[in-house]
Amino acid sequence: MDSILSVRNVSKVYRSGGRTLDVLQAISLEVEAASTVSIVGPSGSGKTTLLGLCAGLDRATSGSIVLNGTTLDELSEDERAYVRNQSVGFVFQNFQLLPTLTALENVMVPLELRGDRNSRTIAMTLLDKVGLADRGHHYPVQLSGGEQQRVSIARAFSNSPKILFADEPTGNLDAETGETIENLLFELNRDAGTTLVLVTHDLELASKTQRIIRMKGGRIIAP
Amino acid sequence: MRSANLQKVDFRWIFRMAWRDSRQNRSRLLLFISSVIIGIAALVAIYAFGDNLARDIDQQAATLVGADLELHANRELPDEGQHVVDSIRRLSVASSAEQRFASMVVFPDGGTRLVQVRALEGDYPYYGKLETVPEAAARTFRAHRGALVDKTLMLQFGAKVGDSLKVGELMFEIAGRLEQAPGQSGISATVAPAVFIPLEYLSATGLNQKGSRINYHYYFRLEERVDADALVSQLDSLLEVHRIGYDTVASRKQETGRVFSDLSKFLSLVGFVALLLGCIGVSSAIHIHIKEKLNSIAILRCLGVSSHQAFLIYLVQVLGLGMIGSVIGAAAGTVIQQVLPAVFSDFVPVTISRGVSWAAIAQGIGLGVWISLLFALLPLLGIRRIAPLNTLRLSFDAHHPARDKWSWVVYGLIALFVVGYASLQLDGWTQTVVFSVGIALAFAVLYAVASLLVWLVRRFFPASWNYLWRQGLSNLFRPNNQTIILVIAIGLGTSFIATLLLVQHMLIERVSLSASEHQPNMVLFDIQSSQKDAVAGLVKQQGLPVLDEVPIVTVQLEAINGITADDARKDSTIVVARRALGREFRVTYRSELSDSEKIVAGTWTGTTAPGDTARISLEEDYARRIRVKLGDKLLFNVQGVRIPAVVGSFREVDWNRVQTNFRLVFPAGVIDEAPQFHVLMTRVPDETVSAGLQQAVVNRFPNISIIDLGLILSVLDDILNKIGFVIRFMGSFSILTGFVVLVSSVMISKYQRIRESVLLRTLGASRKQILAITALEYMFLGAIAAFTGVILALGSSWALAVFSFEVPFVPDMVLMLILILGVTALTVLIGLANSRGITRRPPLEVLRKDA
Repeated sequence: MDSILSVRNVSKVYRSGGRTLDVLQAISLEVEAASTVSIVGPSGSGKTTLLGLCAGLDRATSGSIVLNGTTLDELSEDERAYVRNQSVGFVFQNFQLLPTLTALENVMVPLELRGDRNSRTIAMTLLDKVGLADRGHHYPVQLSGGEQQRVSIARAFSNSPKILFADEPTGNLDAETGETIENLLFELNRDAGTTLVLVTHDLELASKTQRIIRMKGGRIIAP
Repeated sequence: MRSANLQKVDFRWIFRMAWRDSRQNRSRLLLFISSVIIGIAALVAIYAFGDNLARDIDQQAATLVGADLELHANRELPDEGQHVVDSIRRLSVASSAEQRFASMVVFPDGGTRLVQVRALEGDYPYYGKLETVPEAAARTFRAHRGALVDKTLMLQFGAKVGDSLKVGELMFEIAGRLEQAPGQSGISATVAPAVFIPLEYLSATGLNQKGSRINYHYYFRLEERVDADALVSQLDSLLEVHRIGYDTVASRKQETGRVFSDLSKFLSLVGFVALLLGCIGVSSAIHIHIKEKLNSIAILRCLGVSSHQAFLIYLVQVLGLGMIGSVIGAAAGTVIQQVLPAVFSDFVPVTISRGVSWAAIAQGIGLGVWISLLFALLPLLGIRRIAPLNTLRLSFDAHHPARDKWSWVVYGLIALFVVGYASLQLDGWTQTVVFSVGIALAFAVLYAVASLLVWLVRRFFPASWNYLWRQGLSNLFRPNNQTIILVIAIGLGTSFIATLLLVQHMLIERVSLSASEHQPNMVLFDIQSSQKDAVAGLVKQQGLPVLDEVPIVTVQLEAINGITADDARKDSTIVVARRALGREFRVTYRSELSDSEKIVAGTWTGTTAPGDTARISLEEDYARRIRVKLGDKLLFNVQGVRIPAVVGSFREVDWNRVQTNFRLVFPAGVIDEAPQFHVLMTRVPDETVSAGLQQAVVNRFPNISIIDLGLILSVLDDILNKIGFVIRFMGSFSILTGFVVLVSSVMISKYQRIRESVLLRTLGASRKQILAITALEYMFLGAIAAFTGVILALGSSWALAVFSFEVPFVPDMVLMLILILGVTALTVLIGLANSRGITRRPPLEVLRKDA
């Protein structure tokens, strides 16, 4: 099976107030296409930083990341934005919907960015899949947490990503809603054949993925 | 993966996103832009007013002169000069003559007043008309011994049409009330109200004696084929030789146009200051707006929006806002413009139309959009640096404008724009630089003071103070504080008001000083030598002192170091002040200097022995202007007799005293016997005595004119009130903008403070405590801003006092203290008014809504 994400010897150092902080140290890993991977570890272990680097949200201090055949290291911020729009989907712990856009418009944005003429139809289909076909014209503030996360999942799949990054997707939800969201996430992922990389504290959620990467102190302790 | 592969910018999508993104903030965004609205309203009103005024002057230029050509001279023309007038008369369809001079008139109730007598012959004006009540009086007064009397005089003395009026020795019937004469504005009527009489009766008044200071005017309505401008350019040198001035429709149009284009340029600058102030408000508002949008922008970046696409979304938003604000401003300006002609009616000699000026509207909208864009660019540039990582955690890379080269480009553009705009409105680079540096300095000082305040509060934070004071103080430096923008907005507004107050106070003070005890407050002039002793006797008889008595001789400067006006005209390489040559001066002679003058160069020789050349003294500034040095030889023509003189000394003269002061003083023994008139000064204790003396003098000596300082004060007060009204009217735009910026800044900070106020409420803080914290924060802000504004105003009015008005600078500190307290109180009130909503609603409602 082909590798969709390749991380080689990646480090991330933050400098703040004259001090340096080694958040990630010499991380290397490979993720196969269409697989599901979870990254687990205590707070401050570097999980979210690693996710951000893999998704091209930030630049590594050293090392190299290849995402869907594209080496991210040398790309400009705008070039990485293009990669994200073409190949990457996101689900965040705090949903991160645009507050001034309706649910439908939030799902349409990645499609509109690609110039897709059927953005409205595709977005409606996705909202239907997540069970919110009748809430398309509601603003995020008018939706419950679970509903917001469902819109966020619909948005994540709207550009048919090759790889989906999810940061604590159920972290802000109660157990029951969390489970619904998990099921939805895995179901859509399976249907679309997308690679899923999720960061979580929740070992039960992690156990639903094919592979668990454990981190501690900025290092991978169990690949 | 290179940029060629990146998405193309789809502008329709950018516009759609800009529209969608604005949804929840529109009312707030409109508030931000409201400060631009006022600035644009002011500018559009001024541009439209200027536009209409220029057109009106163009269309009504002929009525400004009242004729195709007007000639004027300040002495009776000799035969050669009269020939010139006669030759033009032969080219004319009609012509008129006028003699104009200042004289006392006596009203039926015995009241006397110095007026401008205009003795008229012929059918002048040929264009426009003398507007009178009754209307026919403009024609009928010429047919009999009638007079037209200025409306302000009629009102002041309660005179009616049909009453009689004494001019000199002769009684006239008031034929009509004069509402408007060609080329006359409200202000000129206040300074020198006119009384028209027929010229044929002038000699019977006994006022046109030899030595009287009369101006001669000749008006011509030329034949169709004669071009007035071509004619005067042919006659130019002849007119110059005879010192005859002229006005054609074109020259008056040009001159009036220039004066009023200066006025509208000045007003534009005042409007521009209001706009700049508004722009600071916009810049700060957009800064806060973008800060609040940080997360949304980060999400968009995550979804693949490029940095320049994100930048464009908000740029489009700002452009839209700028456009809306400017259109509203232009509409408001067009409404205000309807009021401006009434505001300026006293200053402008033409009737101003109120038509809508599309050019002004387009200019205003263009300027509004451009300036909103320019000032919003600084905070907008930060968008390019917002990292998608903000969706996961707060970015470590905050935007530092100083490190962004594009920020410097924007700063440069702003500076260039301010200087460019100022240079279009001002004459010459010095004024432009002074204006631009002044503006920059005011901003810089306020910025520095605000920064210093923040630093000081942090550095010396009074940890032992009670909680409410500490909380109020710490709001000045905590994240998202509005300290700097509020200090700048309030400070500039205060500075503007304080400068206006100080200058007004200074000008009134300058006159009031002259009115102080022991200083003369009444001047009698045009006293003939034969009347001198009798007038002095009359003054003393009334129990009044003769404080000063000075002879005045009219002399003409014919040559400087042997060079005459003719020589200078023929040889342009000669360095000499041409304007001084041939000029008439009113000089005096005396053996001792007065106490308002002192010698600064050379030596003063008080008397000239028979046969010696007079060593005269010149006022130093005037000597510099006409390029005369000590020892230079001057030749004077004293009513036909040539008198040589040497420049013996230069004097510094205190012109601010009510005293006869002269540019040129002769020593005794040279021109003592020349034809002369005298000026006498006295001090009257009150209006009754003043009226008594005036009546006694005018009855016995009708040729003598009297200036009552009380009258000057009231005229000045009237003029200052009119000017003050215009300044206040224009200044109110800046003040209103400052107010809007203040309100919107306070409202922005309300959004910043809302969460913590609610949390404090949740934790049990009472409404009173929340209000106390808010009041303290705004009290500190208001006080420091108002204080700095007053300091700036003191600086600028000191500069005006010293360099422009040349008066001692004595600021009214009590007034300034009241201003500081007032502004501080207003700031606190606005702050509290804005916080009311927070304290009235239950915390849960606010928390839910905020979430």
